Amino acid sequence: MRRVLKLAALGAAATLSLAACGQAPDSAESTTTSETSADAGDTSTAEDTAEDTEAAGGDNADFKACMVSDSGGFDDQSFNQSGKEGLDAAAESLGIEAVEVESQADTDYTTNVNNLVQQGCNITIGVGFLLEDAIQEAAEANPDTNFALIDSAFSDADFNPVEIDNAKPILFNTAEASFLAGYLAAGMSESGTVATFGGLKIPSVSIFMDGFADGVDKYNEDNGTDVQLLGWDKEAQEGAFSGDFENQSQGQTLTEQFISQGADIIMPVAGPVGLGAAAAASTADGVKIIWVDSDGYLTASEYKDLMLTSVMKQIGAAVETTVTDTVEGGFTNEPYVGTLENEGVGLAPYHDFEGEVPAELTEKIEEYKQQIISGDLVIETPNAPQQ
Amino acid sequence: MSEHNPSGRPTGSDAGEEQAVAAAPPGETGVSGGHGPTHREHERPTVLHQILSGSALMSVLAVVLALLIGGFLIAFADQDVREASGYFFARPTDTLSATWTSMTEAYIAMFRGSVFDWRADTFAGMVKPFTESMVFSIPLILAGLGIAVGFRAGLFNIGAQGQIIVGAIVAAWLGFHFDLPPVIHLLVAILGGLIGGAVWGGIPGVLKARFGANEVIVTIMLNYIAVYLITYILKQPAFNPGRTGQRSPAIAADATYPLLVPQWLWPGNGFRLHWGFVVAILATVLVWWLMERSTVGFEIRAVGANPAAARTAGMSVGRTTIITMVIAGALAGLAAGGQVMGTERSLTAGVAASFGFDAITVALLGRSRPWGTFFAGLLFGALKAGGFLMQSLTATPIDIVLVVQSLIVLLIAAPPLVRSIFRLPDPGRPRRRRAAPATTEATA
Repeated sequence: MRRVLKLAALGAAATLSLAACGQAPDSAESTTTSETSADAGDTSTAEDTAEDTEAAGGDNADFKACMVSDSGGFDDQSFNQSGKEGLDAAAESLGIEAVEVESQADTDYTTNVNNLVQQGCNITIGVGFLLEDAIQEAAEANPDTNFALIDSAFSDADFNPVEIDNAKPILFNTAEASFLAGYLAAGMSESGTVATFGGLKIPSVSIFMDGFADGVDKYNEDNGTDVQLLGWDKEAQEGAFSGDFENQSQGQTLTEQFISQGADIIMPVAGPVGLGAAAAASTADGVKIIWVDSDGYLTASEYKDLMLTSVMKQIGAAVETTVTDTVEGGFTNEPYVGTLENEGVGLAPYHDFEGEVPAELTEKIEEYKQQIISGDLVIETPNAPQQ
Repeated sequence: MSEHNPSGRPTGSDAGEEQAVAAAPPGETGVSGGHGPTHREHERPTVLHQILSGSALMSVLAVVLALLIGGFLIAFADQDVREASGYFFARPTDTLSATWTSMTEAYIAMFRGSVFDWRADTFAGMVKPFTESMVFSIPLILAGLGIAVGFRAGLFNIGAQGQIIVGAIVAAWLGFHFDLPPVIHLLVAILGGLIGGAVWGGIPGVLKARFGANEVIVTIMLNYIAVYLITYILKQPAFNPGRTGQRSPAIAADATYPLLVPQWLWPGNGFRLHWGFVVAILATVLVWWLMERSTVGFEIRAVGANPAAARTAGMSVGRTTIITMVIAGALAGLAAGGQVMGTERSLTAGVAASFGFDAITVALLGRSRPWGTFFAGLLFGALKAGGFLMQSLTATPIDIVLVVQSLIVLLIAAPPLVRSIFRLPDPGRPRRRRAAPATTEATA
């Protein structure tokens, strides 16, 4: 036992001495991280973000906002990450405490949600429709606290939609934005073939592909062209799927197949799997990518020269709004539906392709955007969030 | 590879080769069998044998050591500690106290989440963590028993994951698709899961017995098939009324395991613990009886110890291989039933989580003894249940739990390492060997 202590101490000392020559913080002042400088005289070296901002946020410090990821984890460069960023931003600006827990498997959801409720979370947010049952159960068992669920509404055992008084669905009508992306893709395609594929065939993925298909059709209708769409048949609701949100090589293979069939603009709706698609596109000539969820020009910047645009889904902003409303006492169970109108969904800037998109195409897209916002044009899809 | 001779009749190969097959870890029989024996393999007991013959004390020490190392990792992952270590030489006490705080806080949270939460409002809330540990231990114990039976027969069954998935598919289908009277419905669903798992486990058994296929490779590949099978099945209309392709309809109430502590007995207890835990206990007893008291168990152990000798004694190695794999699969199928009819109450693509792989660790830690596996499963269930609270209370990365589990396996696979750390005498060997064991143990 003495030897193991010796070894451990030696190891620890070696590691620490590499970076241990810094200055001790003055106890009257906080350390490097506390940018908002918490109360003077606080001798503890670091508080978490929530407590740091206590001074700024006023009396919200005892409000606890909690979030459970799905099995993708918070580092998925996709919706879990966006959700966490939204919660972090809310915690920062409101001075509330944020608790974020990751699930490792589908079997963890119930336990994670229940744990958070027991810890006294004022609002518990589940990311992803896989958490529907866990959130719904907890909401029914704990009518006094609030819940929110990203990307899914609630339904009973027979899959009929239900409303729960203390649970708010956060949904996105991404078809509106991906319609514009489809129109753009059809207009920008030189080969006359565009493609899309999904991660899993779930409503929140298929809805991107529905809108994209409609956009391509609309372009053909307007211009008498015959731009082909590979990877999705809206009528049949069938198409190409990589099978998960992890396997990038699967996305690469699918994209290579699309390219060999002549597609030159590809929209992968599969989170990180899209990186595989971008990798395949980067080896081919003149193939562009339309990213989803976030602005790929910024988040997947190693492929920024391929990013024509992105269909953005502002999960972070929606989470921030929901949490802010709840803190201010304005929680409702009314679903939040992100649309073009409230900017919950949208098309990212063209960045490097700004100069290449013809002016009339840009105008046409802007026109359709206004029509969708005004309600003159409705993108019909069986996957649209039920309101 | 006369071990795989389909007819089971003695072949002319020399005993040396048989010894080599028995001596190499099962995972390597296919490779080493072709090269013939080396002298080193003759002298040393197999890795599997070493692991299985270790004492319970070694298991406990491995766990303690793994938790200790895990504690340091928790400290290193901790924000406070990293910040304090930046000025270690200016004020070392900060670092040390931060390290101590982060370690104790994390493990206290883990204890509160897995055994007893003294801060809960009600007594039910206080003991609930332990019932949660039991809930998570059910699939680990049952699948772990299956793996353990395989180990005793010298089979490395990596396929518990696939066996759980297939068992779950069958159990869920029987559970929601049919309308049967209470009790009978549950029994039918349990039996269905058991048979599903047994069939999936039997395939590699038959392939090994009849054609000499390596069970490690076959079971791993069957895992993949099962994973894609469940995603395919969940997209079929019968399994997919919510058109999400992710979740089956709920299991009929008649087919679910009743709660072990019903609400009328203890109102408002909120426990999720169900009769699946009783099934796990019964299975443990049954496996103990099977392995230690029955003829089949004797044959399994004999084949595991020395296939050549077992064959010479008139036992059919092939038949025993098939029986072992069917039993292993059936136990994994029971584990699936516990999840589908007890804990989750519907079928999802992730119903097996990583239970099939964790179960291998559980069986190793339990030294493939039924009760050892039972308590190892309980420990791993506790680690899992405690990990949730640890993560949410102290923001410790949940992956630490996985690291601790992996460290346990690592240390169990290297008994000499644990012995030398704790200065224990080597019971089996009068003389000390240092370098040689370490190289082979790494292959496990």
